[in-house]
Amino acid sequence: MSILKIESVTKTYANHTALNNVSFEIPAGCIFGLLGPNGAGKTSLIRIITQITGADSGKIYFKGERLRPEHIKDMGYLPEERGLYKKMKVGEQLLYLAQLKGLSKSEATARIKEWVDRFEIRDWLGKNIEDLSKGMQQKVQFIATVLHQPSLIILDEPFSGFDPINANLIKDEILRLREKGATIIFSTHRMESVEELCDNIALINRSQKVLDGPVNEIKDTYKTDTYQVIGDGHLMVTSPDFEVLEQHENHGIFRANIRLLNNTRPNDLLRYLIQRVEIHSFVELVPSINDIFIRKVKETHHV
Amino acid sequence: MSKIWLIIQREYLTRVRKKSFIVMTLLTPLLLAAFMVLPALLVSMSDETETVMVLDESGLIADKLEDKKDLKFIPLAGSLEQAKTVYQETENTALLYIPRMTIDDPRGITIYSRKNTSLQTQVRLENALEKVIESQRFMASGIDRETLDKIEADIKLTTINLSDKGERDNNAIITSIAGVAGAVIIYFFIFMYGVQIMRGVIEEKTSRIVEVMISSVKPFQLMMGKIIGIAAVGLTQFLLWIVLSFVVVTGVSAAFGIDAAPSPTQQFAAGQAAAVGEDVEGLETDEAAASAVDDDGTEMLTDMSRAIANLNFPLILGCFLFYFLGGYLLYGSLFGAIGAAVDNETDTQQFMFPITIPLIISFIMSYTLVLKNPDGPVSFWMSIIPFTSPIVMMVRVPFGVPAWELLLSMALLVLGFVFTTWIAARIYRVGILMYGKKINYKELSKWLFYRV
Repeated sequence: MSILKIESVTKTYANHTALNNVSFEIPAGCIFGLLGPNGAGKTSLIRIITQITGADSGKIYFKGERLRPEHIKDMGYLPEERGLYKKMKVGEQLLYLAQLKGLSKSEATARIKEWVDRFEIRDWLGKNIEDLSKGMQQKVQFIATVLHQPSLIILDEPFSGFDPINANLIKDEILRLREKGATIIFSTHRMESVEELCDNIALINRSQKVLDGPVNEIKDTYKTDTYQVIGDGHLMVTSPDFEVLEQHENHGIFRANIRLLNNTRPNDLLRYLIQRVEIHSFVELVPSINDIFIRKVKETHHV
Repeated sequence: MSKIWLIIQREYLTRVRKKSFIVMTLLTPLLLAAFMVLPALLVSMSDETETVMVLDESGLIADKLEDKKDLKFIPLAGSLEQAKTVYQETENTALLYIPRMTIDDPRGITIYSRKNTSLQTQVRLENALEKVIESQRFMASGIDRETLDKIEADIKLTTINLSDKGERDNNAIITSIAGVAGAVIIYFFIFMYGVQIMRGVIEEKTSRIVEVMISSVKPFQLMMGKIIGIAAVGLTQFLLWIVLSFVVVTGVSAAFGIDAAPSPTQQFAAGQAAAVGEDVEGLETDEAAASAVDDDGTEMLTDMSRAIANLNFPLILGCFLFYFLGGYLLYGSLFGAIGAAVDNETDTQQFMFPITIPLIISFIMSYTLVLKNPDGPVSFWMSIIPFTSPIVMMVRVPFGVPAWELLLSMALLVLGFVFTTWIAARIYRVGILMYGKKINYKELSKWLFYRV
């Protein structure tokens, strides 16, 4: 079942179109990558989902129902531009934001306690936000985003501003939240950063959806049956079934990218190579999301 | 609704707990007390008896000068040079020299003193001398002072309003004070707390919390919560000021043994009485003068208290609260909209201008034109138009305003408030998410009709 269904959503501002007839679905319980370069329309779409603004046309279904203001309680949103009340204490701020999401005071307090223990930031509760480092503030804001246990968590550029250690901490938390049944939307322009995390993605470019689906399916579709071979010997491919795209040789070690043609299998290539050279490594060249995106964008532009 | 309540609570509590709020709240009554008590203290300190030595070569005046409580005369004899030497050896205030002269041509009277003679002393001496000489002249022309006092007329007008509710005494001064005080408080309240709303919105915008907030609450709730929360802060502060001022002033007065904080009316009455008393004094005996002072003073006081009693307090207080809140809400939402439209406080100037103009004009008008003619056409229109009515109507109310005017003005104020809030909400919801764009009026007017 999909937790969120976006149906031909269009949004225009005074002089430009932010979203043009965008449709896709987000399955429940997955980590969904909303990818695209800066200015593609990601944030506009997120603001429509979080009901900060409304779409000009199109429909959005949340858990099968038309999006309504009450649904906001079931969403957590971490905006790209982070911000908290600077002169408020960490504890009060978390309590306030949780209460605004409809949590009772006692419940919010209990959950805050749980989270500060997990992040080991209990000592910060009495501090003003402005006295914390930027990374610390981000942690607090992450807690504020997930405190009310939303079933849909929307993170806009979640790793910007985190050092590698804290980025990993957040990554683990995100995986744990998915385990518990939450759906996470990642919005980012740094596609490589979320590739290994995302189950599904949608690519947006210039206000249009370019591509969407499960990551492995997309990769399957876009893989080119190309393998990288590294080995010892003098490689000369003469078979019409294989095409050498690239070949280097250095100190008798060769490295070649070879594509399979005519429905041949990787094993056919291996068998062919073993007779001629000594093989050190044999890897399928899977296109990265970035490559796919660039290819796709080029295609659409040519059309 | 519960979300607005949460927002109100936050806005209220964060402000009330601020050091600046606590300091301001405590300091203002202390300053007020200082202003009231210090002059009284100073006056009581400088109130020592002045002694004036008199060398009267004409022999017409010295024995007629009457000693008063704080002004004593010591007659001298001899030459001027001798008198000067005697005076130098004493601590007395001054030496009054009256040369040989006639009642018809009193010239050459001189004061010698070590320090500069104060204006007060000079005037008092002049008054005393004038009285003596006048009486002498009356005597010379066959009129005695008593007859003259009988002839002299002392008129005080009692103004009485003939309105539907029947007669009631009226006192323009008290009424004016009541009206202007209310207007001034409303004016300052709108400004002080309107700017706080604006700052709060700018703060939310620059700290980028606003996107988190409006993914939880509607922009309108956020704006109204802030406006109401800050209104509560203002009311708290005024209430505390009133209570603290009362406590501090009474406390300080008691501690310094000064007559319990004289109310402005009492002070006024006392001032009047003193002036009148000085006038009456002269040839009369001390007791007579004193009783005259008392009579006039008490009459003045009863006048005042009657006037105060005749003010329609429930109406004035009710109107004050209504216009206080109405004016604040009307302008507060506009201040909020300005905060939303700009990126930082330095950009607010161009938008502040059209808001402050009607406020300042009505403030100036309220104690000039409106006071002079509370029922004139300017006063009427300014008290009906919502942007000026909170201040101008407040000045008019103590003078008595027809019910229909009051109701019309109130209804329009409510409509005006609804209207400005509608505009503000539309600017607000677009503005809070708009960064880095130079905003002008054309842009703002477009925002009113954006679909969000």
